[in-house]
Amino acid sequence: MLKQIQQLGANTLGTLQGLGRATLMLFGALWGRPRPLKNWHLYMKQIYVVGVLSLLIILVSGLFIGMVLALQGYTVLAKFGAEQMLGPLVALSLLRELGPVVTALLFAGRAGSALTAEIGLMKATEQLSSMEMMAVDPLRRVIAPRFWAGVISMPLLALIFNAVGILGGHLVGVDWLGVDGGGYWSAMQANVDFQQDVVNGVIKSIVFAFVVTVIALHKGFDAVPTSEGISQATTQTVVTASLAVLGFDFVLTAVMFGG
Amino acid sequence: MEFGLDKPLVDIQNLTFRRGERVIYDDMSMQFQRGKVTAIMGPSGIGKTTLLRLIGGQLKPDSGKILFEGADIPSLNRQELYQARKKMSMLFQSGALFTEMSVFDNVAFPIREHTRLPEAIIRTMVLMKLEAVGLRGARDLMPAELSGGMARRAALARAIALDPQLIMYDEPFAGQDPISMGVIVRLIRSLNDALGLTSIVVSHDVAEVMSIADYVYVVAERRVIGHGTPEQLRQHESPLVQQFLQGQADGPVPFHFKAADYATELMELSR
Ligand SMILES: Nc1ncnc2c1ncn2[C@@H]1O[C@H](COP(=O)(O)OP(=O)(O)OP(=O)(O)O)[C@@H](O)[C@H]1O
Ligand SMILES: [Mg+2]
Repeated sequence: MLKQIQQLGANTLGTLQGLGRATLMLFGALWGRPRPLKNWHLYMKQIYVVGVLSLLIILVSGLFIGMVLALQGYTVLAKFGAEQMLGPLVALSLLRELGPVVTALLFAGRAGSALTAEIGLMKATEQLSSMEMMAVDPLRRVIAPRFWAGVISMPLLALIFNAVGILGGHLVGVDWLGVDGGGYWSAMQANVDFQQDVVNGVIKSIVFAFVVTVIALHKGFDAVPTSEGISQATTQTVVTASLAVLGFDFVLTAVMFGG
Repeated sequence: MEFGLDKPLVDIQNLTFRRGERVIYDDMSMQFQRGKVTAIMGPSGIGKTTLLRLIGGQLKPDSGKILFEGADIPSLNRQELYQARKKMSMLFQSGALFTEMSVFDNVAFPIREHTRLPEAIIRTMVLMKLEAVGLRGARDLMPAELSGGMARRAALARAIALDPQLIMYDEPFAGQDPISMGVIVRLIRSLNDALGLTSIVVSHDVAEVMSIADYVYVVAERRVIGHGTPEQLRQHESPLVQQFLQGQADGPVPFHFKAADYATELMELSR
């Protein structure tokens, strides 16, 4: 019993220390004058690696989730003769919840794990150390571009996910199940509020982008510099980032749509 | 501040450093003279890499001074430390090339980071450095395509890219075949003399070190157990130094990491 309490205390302290180190890392990376002009090619490269290369999985997932939503939604709505509400159902589910959340989960698995492994390996092979000895700060040179790439890419990916999902819904609902096409769009327009639904969804996805990217970078930067340490850190990134996204999603949903 | 040329470039005074409970260095002092190749020899795990990291300011000592051009490295602020690091460079045990860049870009990296020179001049500088280590033809290869010895030479070209005053070699001879060993030995000497560098070589390869060093420190048991020119060391009366130079496993210097009594531990296992 005493041992378990001790363990709990140790875990809590460990988590807090980790948070502290992550904050320090972020502070070191972003503090001071950013030099996007001198390093713009680094930023471009990272946006390509982190964002563009995640496009395929986002497109495919978005399409299928939109199609499934329409299929499931249609059977329920048809019972009440409310098929014309299919457009809003698909759009609202995606904009408010599924778009930001699923994108963040996919992003954590696709780009987050890669970031952790890459940085962990740079640490293990002393690349970060040698950079430091060349008077180049690895926080600014390695961490900062990856941070911004993640924070910029993920909200855009979520928007793309939403758009493709809505098209997928149209594909199944209108082209296959025969819901009226004009109604699909007009009901959507009438029921989706820009501020309430679109903007809140984007805010969610910016928060998720921040959380996932910082966790991925921190786990890599803090990894035990051995192959085992890196594999553990990569797993931890996916697990921690996914749980954090779900937790933050609950809180944000309660604040945005709860009242 | 103008600093006397007769003073040592790096001056370590009464250094104490601990890793947790373990004392790595206890009140140790060393001097590294300008323009000379100074070697640090000692058994594995004694803290040679640690010492280089202390000089580079990546670790902080518990007490003592590490003077580089008269400035105490551990008490510099971040900016001053980065300025000081521009004048030193370190060749890591593993080479530590950036794996996502070609050899050329690796060597160009410090130049591009710290200067605003046009690409044409950078190209000339890089090719000169690569020529010096015999890798001009390998400039377009990626680090993964290099052998261990080539990787180390490429890292050496990168380390001298900005003509540092001080260069620190961590185990430059480890894992080299006899030919590239000879190449690296000559490179260290000729770079030191041609560029007017000050070199610190950390190694446990006695023969190679004795052949290039101007001055040698032998470190064991948390302190310097002997120092002098290679000639003086061969005549050294200390049995510890002689044991190390002759490579005997048994002697005053323990070969084992500190541990409980062997027999007792074996008994515990069988219980
Ligand atoms: N990050 C660390 N945390 C705790 N202890 C460490 C760490 N790094 C090194 N040590 C300890 O410090 C001692 C010195 O390590 P160091 O790497 O400086 O040895 P070395 O003399 O360079 O050895 P080698 O010749 O094998 O390269 C080692 O015995 C090791 O146990
Ligand atoms: Mg070492």
